[in-house]
Amino acid sequence: MSRHTLSVLVEDTPGILARASSLFSRRGFNIDSLSVSTTEYAGLSRMTIVVNCDLHPLEQVTKQLNKLVNVVKIVEMDTTASVQRELLLVKVKADASSRTHVLQTAELFRAHVVDVSPDVVVIEATGDPEKLDALVKNLEPFGIRELVKSGLVALGRGPRSITDRSLRAVDRSA
Amino acid sequence: MATSGPGATNLVTPLADAHMDSVPMVAITGQVASPMIGTDAFQEADICGITMPITKHNFLVKNVRDIPRTVAEAFHIASTGRPGPVLVDISKDALQASADFAWPERLDLPGYRPVTKPHGKQVREAARMISEAKRPVLYVGGGVLRAGASAELRVLAELTGVPVVTTLMARGVFPDSHPLCVGMPGMHGDVAAVGALQKADLIVALAPASRPRHRPARQLRPRRQGRPRRHRPRGDLQNRHADVPIVGDCREVLADLVVAVRADQEKGREGDYAAWWSQLNRLRTTYPKGFDEPTDGSLSPQAVIQRLGRIAGPEASYVAGVGQHQMWAAQFIDYERPGAFMNSGGLGTMGFSVPAALGAKVGDPDRVVWSVDGDGCFQMTNQELATCAIEGVPIKVAVVNNGNLGMVRQWQTLFYEGRYSNTDLQTAPRDEKVRIPDFVRLSEAYGCVGLRCERPEDIDATIEKAMSIDDVPVVVDFTVNHDAMVWPMVGPGVSNDSIQYARDMAPTWEHED
Repeated sequence: MSRHTLSVLVEDTPGILARASSLFSRRGFNIDSLSVSTTEYAGLSRMTIVVNCDLHPLEQVTKQLNKLVNVVKIVEMDTTASVQRELLLVKVKADASSRTHVLQTAELFRAHVVDVSPDVVVIEATGDPEKLDALVKNLEPFGIRELVKSGLVALGRGPRSITDRSLRAVDRSA
Repeated sequence: MATSGPGATNLVTPLADAHMDSVPMVAITGQVASPMIGTDAFQEADICGITMPITKHNFLVKNVRDIPRTVAEAFHIASTGRPGPVLVDISKDALQASADFAWPERLDLPGYRPVTKPHGKQVREAARMISEAKRPVLYVGGGVLRAGASAELRVLAELTGVPVVTTLMARGVFPDSHPLCVGMPGMHGDVAAVGALQKADLIVALAPASRPRHRPARQLRPRRQGRPRRHRPRGDLQNRHADVPIVGDCREVLADLVVAVRADQEKGREGDYAAWWSQLNRLRTTYPKGFDEPTDGSLSPQAVIQRLGRIAGPEASYVAGVGQHQMWAAQFIDYERPGAFMNSGGLGTMGFSVPAALGAKVGDPDRVVWSVDGDGCFQMTNQELATCAIEGVPIKVAVVNNGNLGMVRQWQTLFYEGRYSNTDLQTAPRDEKVRIPDFVRLSEAYGCVGLRCERPEDIDATIEKAMSIDDVPVVVDFTVNHDAMVWPMVGPGVSNDSIQYARDMAPTWEHED
């Protein structure tokens, strides 16, 4: 079992999220994280799917994903050849006695405080999953009230873009 | 076409069937009015959600202006690439509104680009392997039929002299009478065809589903050099590893392969399969197709189906249901042309035969269409006889009536110590019981001609009588022996090497190399 990050370029149509995710659930794979957003092209969305599974079944799922009519392109994002980031919002207990320590910890991780109330602060942090895990671990002693993560997003390093090439392919077929 | 809710859910089984067997199909369903969607309205079902895993694609249309474009896309997707079912769900308000008709000039499907042109290097590599192989076999699946590639297949087979096995879905794609045809592989395949796959050093897999039933459980790869390949844009073999995967339209792949093999042969590279053929021919002559006549004077189901095939001939179309009669129809009728045999392979949908025969007859009205059905299957869809009678579609139905769910009963006999549970249907009389239902009277009630045959000496005359009626549907109740079993058989969970030619009788394999 290993962790894989897939970038999936899809047409922005109703049901595409269900179609894509059901291919994973059908094989009993749990999706670790999934994020969807619009792209630089109207009508095209990009999904970033993180899944923990063996290579062979992943290859099968990737091929089946490719067969979906609304899926334009799939690229596996290698950790070394891509930038991978996640956004974390965490609500931490911070009263007068502990606030300085909480703020210092946040600073160490280059995180920002985005909301303050007498007993809690909300901290925003961006980074790869390992960094965010480390931040959460360091905040845990103060008391975490709740936390949420955006799901991983990834972009390949270097000048190439997955949208360019797939859109050229679209033009050719037209 | 079906209405919303229960009408649409009744399409689920046919859609799943078409999905498994790659049948091009467009289903149009009504949906409740768009403001009502999602409110549990009367006769509402989320049919797009329900059919998502069993369709190639589906659409929900809520605006009348989207109908033409969606229908055009649906037919394009259903019929191109690997064919399959597409469902178009249209809300009531969209169906009742009006708009100017505008057919799309070109389709905008950026994510749908089926690969048709095979990779030249891969094709040349395949040709090289065919000439170098000692024991190659062309493993032909239903995709060759869908691609309309039987002519190309025949050229390749005759050019190379490689033995051909045709799966259940590919029966007729390569003529049974052809000397290179070794038969059908699978759980109830011919010993020679199963042996050919099992002993091969090169398997040229031409668009088969390659289901577990072809290569049961262990020993999936009989020889280390086994090289299965798949030729359909499904993303190569789903259940097997391919050493040289080729993705493309099967017809183009075969045509390119013929060119590559010819080029090789001109350079003097040609395979020598004489030893391989003598091995296969020994299996063919030692273990031919056959069956034992019942000793109690009752009808042999295999004999009925064999005579039917001989009398109706290769120009007729045959449509089977699912079960023993399906296997016998695959085994004992000789198929000489693609499309001569239709059945439900992947999903194994009982009740397939009568409605499919109706469709086959409407699609090709000049052909004689025989539904070879079982008594269990026949009871699932025989109401379609009403459609046949009302619409004037004179199909012929041979009900191979053993009064049982025969295939289930066979497993109960062989693997469950004869504990016969819920397999006796009482459609044939035993122990002085009446027939429920009486198929002859049932057929007459539907406006069809009902015939019955219970004695071996009446088989030919009954079939000929049915053949002579061509203005109304005919149903023949062949009441047959209820203990007949389908042989050969590869039992569940064992290797193909353990195929049994008849009960407790395994073939002997040559132990060479």
